[in-house]
Amino acid sequence: MRHKVAGWKLGRNTAHRRSLLRNLVTSLILEERIETTVPKAKAMRPNVEKMITLGKRGDLAARRRAAAYLMTSDAVDKLFDTIGPRFGDRNGGYLRIVRSGWQKGDGAEKAFIELLGSEKVLDEKRQKRSEARAKRVAETKKAMEEAEAQAKAEGGAEPAAGGESKE
Amino acid sequence: MPNPKRRHSQRRTSTRRAHDALQGHSLSECPNCHEKKMPHRACSKCGYYKGREVLDVEEKS
Ligand SMILES: [Zn+2]
Repeated sequence: MRHKVAGWKLGRNTAHRRSLLRNLVTSLILEERIETTVPKAKAMRPNVEKMITLGKRGDLAARRRAAAYLMTSDAVDKLFDTIGPRFGDRNGGYLRIVRSGWQKGDGAEKAFIELLGSEKVLDEKRQKRSEARAKRVAETKKAMEEAEAQAKAEGGAEPAAGGESKE
Repeated sequence: MPNPKRRHSQRRTSTRRAHDALQGHSLSECPNCHEKKMPHRACSKCGYYKGREVLDVEEKS
């Protein structure tokens, strides 16, 4: 009896669910890690693994089948050029799902799903993000200090927040 | 249709509910920062899971 193996419907009709899964798989292949809810991560996992299997095969027919499923040709190129060769010696289990907290609003459990072996890429990404954040913080700080100095120079009677917009 | 014959006393109600209390989660200890965390999940305090920093935990400025 095949009880309890129906998979995930995700509250969508067939076309909507297929679109969602194609979008998720394409994003994961391009970004190497995406954050989503646990059921979506689990539902997309077999599709990603099938795509990676196509990427490992690497022939024209496989490429056409991947292109029929993935949303962008960039994703197809990345799948066949970098991701397929990376998993050459591994038979399945290409993904990692780690639960990471709860969504505000509906309390759904969130998780990130990432390709194994993408730690280096992701660390570089995070490094870049944190540098950008630090730069942004420094710029805001500088702008605030300048605004404050200007407000002081104009007599200090005007409030610092309103001083800039009146000019 | 059958109906209740008598009203329940407050005591009877609260006696019945004495066993209805919710249980807390069983928490495990984060091996990195030693805070309590939910098992099988990334630590919400330091963002570590299985010996690797996996999440960006926002620092409050
Ligand atoms: Zn921790």
